Amino acid sequence: MAEPKAHELVVSVSPHVRGKETVERIMWTVNLALLPAFIMSVYYFGPLAAYVTGLCILTSVLFEHFYQIALKKKSTIGDGSAFLTGLLLGLNLPPTVPFYIPVVGSLIAIVITKLLFGGLGYNVFNPALIGRAFLLISFPKLMTIWSEPTARFIGLDAKTTATPLGILKEEGLPQLLEVFGDKSDLYMSLLMGSRAGSLGETSVIALLIGAALLFYRGYITWHIPFSFLATVGVMAWAFGGEGLFAGDPLIHLLSGGLILGAFFMATDYVTCPSVRKGQVIFGIGCGAITMLIRLKGGFPEGVMFAILLMNCFAPIIDRSIKPDLFGAVRVKKEEKS
Amino acid sequence: MSKTATFERGIHPKYNKELASGKSITRAELPKRIVVPVSQHIGAPAQPEVNIGDEVKRGQIIGGTSGFVSSPVHASLSGKVIAISDFPTSVGKMVQSIVIENDGKDEAVSYKENPDYMKLSADDIKSMIKDAGIVGMGGAAFPTNVKLSPPKEKSIDTVIINGAECEPYLTADHRLMVERSGDIVEGLKLIMRSLGVSEGHIGIEVNKPDALEAMSSAVTGEPNIKIWPLEVKYPQGAEKMLIKAVTGREVPSKGLPMDVGAVVQNVGTALAVYEAVRYGKPLIERVVTITGNGIKEPANMMVRIGTLMADVIEQCGGLVEGAVKVISGGPMMGFAQWTLDVPVVKGTSGILVLAEDEFVSTDDYSACIRCGSCIDVCPMGLNPSILSIYSEKGFFEDAKDNNLFDCFECGSCAYVCPAKRPMVQFMRLAKSQVKP
Repeated sequence: MAEPKAHELVVSVSPHVRGKETVERIMWTVNLALLPAFIMSVYYFGPLAAYVTGLCILTSVLFEHFYQIALKKKSTIGDGSAFLTGLLLGLNLPPTVPFYIPVVGSLIAIVITKLLFGGLGYNVFNPALIGRAFLLISFPKLMTIWSEPTARFIGLDAKTTATPLGILKEEGLPQLLEVFGDKSDLYMSLLMGSRAGSLGETSVIALLIGAALLFYRGYITWHIPFSFLATVGVMAWAFGGEGLFAGDPLIHLLSGGLILGAFFMATDYVTCPSVRKGQVIFGIGCGAITMLIRLKGGFPEGVMFAILLMNCFAPIIDRSIKPDLFGAVRVKKEEKS
Repeated sequence: MSKTATFERGIHPKYNKELASGKSITRAELPKRIVVPVSQHIGAPAQPEVNIGDEVKRGQIIGGTSGFVSSPVHASLSGKVIAISDFPTSVGKMVQSIVIENDGKDEAVSYKENPDYMKLSADDIKSMIKDAGIVGMGGAAFPTNVKLSPPKEKSIDTVIINGAECEPYLTADHRLMVERSGDIVEGLKLIMRSLGVSEGHIGIEVNKPDALEAMSSAVTGEPNIKIWPLEVKYPQGAEKMLIKAVTGREVPSKGLPMDVGAVVQNVGTALAVYEAVRYGKPLIERVVTITGNGIKEPANMMVRIGTLMADVIEQCGGLVEGAVKVISGGPMMGFAQWTLDVPVVKGTSGILVLAEDEFVSTDDYSACIRCGSCIDVCPMGLNPSILSIYSEKGFFEDAKDNNLFDCFECGSCAYVCPAKRPMVQFMRLAKSQVKP
């Protein structure tokens, strides 16, 4: 009998079989899920969109690689998470930004927000959003130049305009309707993405196609996106109109960075709670802060700050909201009696 | 089987049962020598009652009990004691063991038969079970007579026979249910009698339709025994999960099955109980599934306790070229072996040999990305993610405060973890550093 020598047998802890899911597979799938939104960004905003997003991805990956090489660590760029941060940052930028905006954004996102905190798994805040927040505060002018979604026809000299939420905030609903036609025209533009905004946030339909892939794979669940959207919808309906319960929830649901944020950024594993019940609280918090900023704040859009603020609460939510322990019900009853 | 019972959460690993599920139980050849550890069970080790040079017969007690939670061990063949010394065992510990050289005669001591076994008193049944050295044969190896002797204040109303066999690859219980269904039912009735319980259940995962059929026909005319088709899901065969599926009761956190009036026994244990009470036969052999792509001819074999794994594997054609891992038990909770010179003991349900194509290296793992997959599958409703982080960083008290000791190390969290973290290792590390 060919009996193996002791050193030929592998000895390791159970379980000895593992599922096929890996971090790489998850991250690259999320990247793939954002492809439709990326394609639509190029469709509406022209080659410049591909250049901005591409530069974000390239610099994110390079920053991660060289940081890790410099610290004599294993480069983790193969796991797809630096790529994803770059992609998300790019999709969150306006179409016409000078080249240093993506570079600075990637530096803040990858080096400061992710790697200095310990790398994937240890960061407190969503890297792409911190990158964007830094840029918005540091370069407020550059970060709020919105091209009309017609760049594919007229090249780089696209006319600038305001985002739907910007018009809503500054000039009100009648003016917004005047720009887009009637209400159904407005909804259709918001759904398809033919409106001004950050590169990847405008096409709701493309984002939902990607989100469907993530649901199908089980990478995200309803808890965060739906509690986020439901809160925004209810608050928009209740407080977004002339009187109480006279608002139009659909305008708020379909505009701004809400769909991109709710499905792709609030659901970032590392920076959201991991217990499902806690995720609902997280989603409601995101929705409430978003609407607070949209309706009462100084910015027309609040998704980014809402998610970042709730990122702060994720650890404490996870420590206080625990899963339902098997056999716990009985223990409680006994303690009471 | 329209509706199947189950518990919440759990995982669906690849089962690979077809390698051995169609193989009838064969008798393994008797080896040249056996190595019988005095401790094959939870509780106090047995004390050797023989000396080097003694001649022993099959069924003779060679190690006596040394406390209430303890179990005797028997010679599983006839021969001469040639050594009493520490030997490696399948759980990785060195254990005092009695080595017997086979004399080739296979002479047995005389067993006391009981044709009227259903008239025996509960105490008689329990003492026979104890003398026969019967322990839980699903893997945990808790002395069966102790489980059948709950404290007076705990009233037991339900006995469940565990035929879930939820570990991938293993088919020993499956074959027993197909081939020995009547005897298992008799064993269940004896267990019910020993506890004074009138309600019996047998839970079987629906991936064993022939076992369900055999057991169903074996209980016709037994109105008090019910067969439960169970959803195919790991760890369906864990005691608390099985009780939940069958009775709907949840064993309280940190509690025992008897806290909800239930006693669970494995099908192999039920058979051993029947053979011990009816024929006076001690637990000297058990069915072992020898399987995996690393083994030439997978089989289900009746193996004498103390037979070395190497001898069993040789009868299955040996290992294939490139066999990388030998596991005692199933792939989810079994123990990887460093040598094949370890004996089959009462709790050995399988010898699984993984070939390169089935092997997953677990050397590289990364930080927890807190995806929550482990939380979604943990049958105990724990947060394995946070427990593993606490353990990794040395916050063992925090792990304890997060119900660490409810973890029974089923490995579901590690199975689904995309970062390939050694979750079970983290749990064991933390458990070793704090008191429950």
